[in-house]
Amino acid sequence: MSEVNQDRRQFLARGSALAAGLAIAPGMLLFDFARARPAGEPASSSVRWGMLIDTTQCESGCDDCVKACRTENGWPEPKASTDVQWIRKVDIKQISTGKQVSLPMMCQHCANPPCVDVCPTAASFKRADGIVLVDKHRCIGCRYCMMACPFKARSFVHEPVEDHDSTMPRGQGTVESCTLCVHRVDRGIRPACVEACEKGGHRAIIFGDLNDRNSEIYLRIRSVTTTQLRADLGLDTGLSFVGI
Amino acid sequence: MQAKTFAQIESRYFYLLVALGALAAGAGLLSAWYMEAHGHVVTGMNNQIVWGMPHVFAIFMIVAASGVLNVASIGSVFGKAVYKARAPLAGLLSIALLAGGLTVLMLDLGRPDRLIVAATTYNPTSVFAWNVLLYSGLFACVAVYLWTLMERRMNPWSKPAGLVVFAWRIILTTGTGLIFAFLVARQAYASALLPPMFIVLSFAWGLAVFLVVQSAMFSWNELALNPAIQERMKNLLGLFILGALYLVAAYHLTNLYFAKQAAFEHFILFDGGLYPWLFWGGYVVVGGALPLLLIFAPDLGKSGHVLAASLLTLLGAFALLYVFIIGGQAFPLNIFPGYEVVSSSFGDGQIGHYAPSLPEVLLGSGGLAIAFLITTVGVRALNFLPHDEPKAAQQE
Repeated sequence: MSEVNQDRRQFLARGSALAAGLAIAPGMLLFDFARARPAGEPASSSVRWGMLIDTTQCESGCDDCVKACRTENGWPEPKASTDVQWIRKVDIKQISTGKQVSLPMMCQHCANPPCVDVCPTAASFKRADGIVLVDKHRCIGCRYCMMACPFKARSFVHEPVEDHDSTMPRGQGTVESCTLCVHRVDRGIRPACVEACEKGGHRAIIFGDLNDRNSEIYLRIRSVTTTQLRADLGLDTGLSFVGI
Repeated sequence: MQAKTFAQIESRYFYLLVALGALAAGAGLLSAWYMEAHGHVVTGMNNQIVWGMPHVFAIFMIVAASGVLNVASIGSVFGKAVYKARAPLAGLLSIALLAGGLTVLMLDLGRPDRLIVAATTYNPTSVFAWNVLLYSGLFACVAVYLWTLMERRMNPWSKPAGLVVFAWRIILTTGTGLIFAFLVARQAYASALLPPMFIVLSFAWGLAVFLVVQSAMFSWNELALNPAIQERMKNLLGLFILGALYLVAAYHLTNLYFAKQAAFEHFILFDGGLYPWLFWGGYVVVGGALPLLLIFAPDLGKSGHVLAASLLTLLGAFALLYVFIIGGQAFPLNIFPGYEVVSSSFGDGQIGHYAPSLPEVLLGSGGLAIAFLITTVGVRALNFLPHDEPKAAQQE
């Protein structure tokens, strides 16, 4: 009888551990950055995807994030001012103190995006979860969004495009910009730049749900001083910065 | 002067003029095809200067298309006979310029083949989308207005139709100014002064276009313009040039007063290379002071002087638009207030470079050629030339 009880106890203990592991593992693995969205289900406004750029962790001269974006989204290495750049590294210096800062610059995924306001055909649009995108089948290439964007985040495709990736269609005569790797985020995977930065040992880009009170990004923004670029314009950007 | 007579006289020039116009329009269309086939990489535009010479030409034509209707409005709305005789030509010029401007704008799109998308999908918050309605509406309003002017039975309706055209074109030019006024982050543009500035600029540029065309058409038809009418119209042009200078000055002075705009104003007005030269030399002197001198100086103001003043006003218009559109984009966005850019692969913090390419210029001038063709054929086919009653100017 006692042997049976021992077995039962072991079974219960192992079973509980397994159940607990199964319950916690997804949370551990996908630690706050993304949740896969079932196909066919629309993006939810209960989520607002965003990024926190910690410039104190960003190394001048490192462009791992840029390379990762290029590889992921299939845009070529820029050589001329007519070439597209979805993300770029910018080094800036504070005028009053001379403090130098390096940071990645891309679409700020505004809550009130000027590009969406001005687009005549509604090709520029904001998803319910805050990601600002261009519908490349609807874009007529008027470039008004590029005039309106305060961050120079958009590029115009000046030349015919060959060999574009099936997950990220591109086309001559249309405008494009950072998609926040929407195709990955919808599968529960973090944007390519975030992973590359972490792989390079920097962790300068934190991605997550700005509405989730338990997310790392939410907790960090609550605990440290962060800045939105051109906050005076009231755009409520989805990207914030530490250290500028 | 009878319609039959003027058509006969003009035929000596007509086919040559049409051939020249068609050549220039054809070169514009070929350029558009070239840009479409190779992409905008063959133009001088890039990811910082996203609107180039085609926009300078297109916006000039769209603004002038609205302003030229001033002649019609003074006739129909304010009942001045001298101007009413000119209303049909003003209406034709408006349609011609608008058609030319919109053709250039459309052919400069990255995907002109998707025009149907622009025509069927409207984003209600986009001033571009409003303008699609305003432009097509102006065509319709002016067409109806011309009908009321040229069909005797419809004549009683010309005043209400003229009123609608008057209101419509003021709203349309407001819309053109708003294209820039709504650009919140650009130092050159986000200003509520732009719509009124564009309206007054349209008065000057539209009247200058009208005077040049009237002078050419009278000369090609071997007609002489009544000096009293000439006197009235040149004084009006002078007034419009002064009004435009006043609003341009107000725009720059308000900018100069705001510390955050000082660097931009310094760039445009003083140390921006080509742009200050074009602003002061091209717009203020050539497009403003010289025409005023030609119009108002005691011994000047004759027919040739007025034509020269009109042509200089138009040169000034191109200089101002080049500074406004290209110079406004060349000045870098202030993305990081309080910081200066040390390095960037995308030209952040640097003055943008732009050199107009031949295809762009040909496309733009092709638009002017389309406007010219519509006007020439219109004047030839229908009775658009002004018929002044003897002493018409003195009667008012």
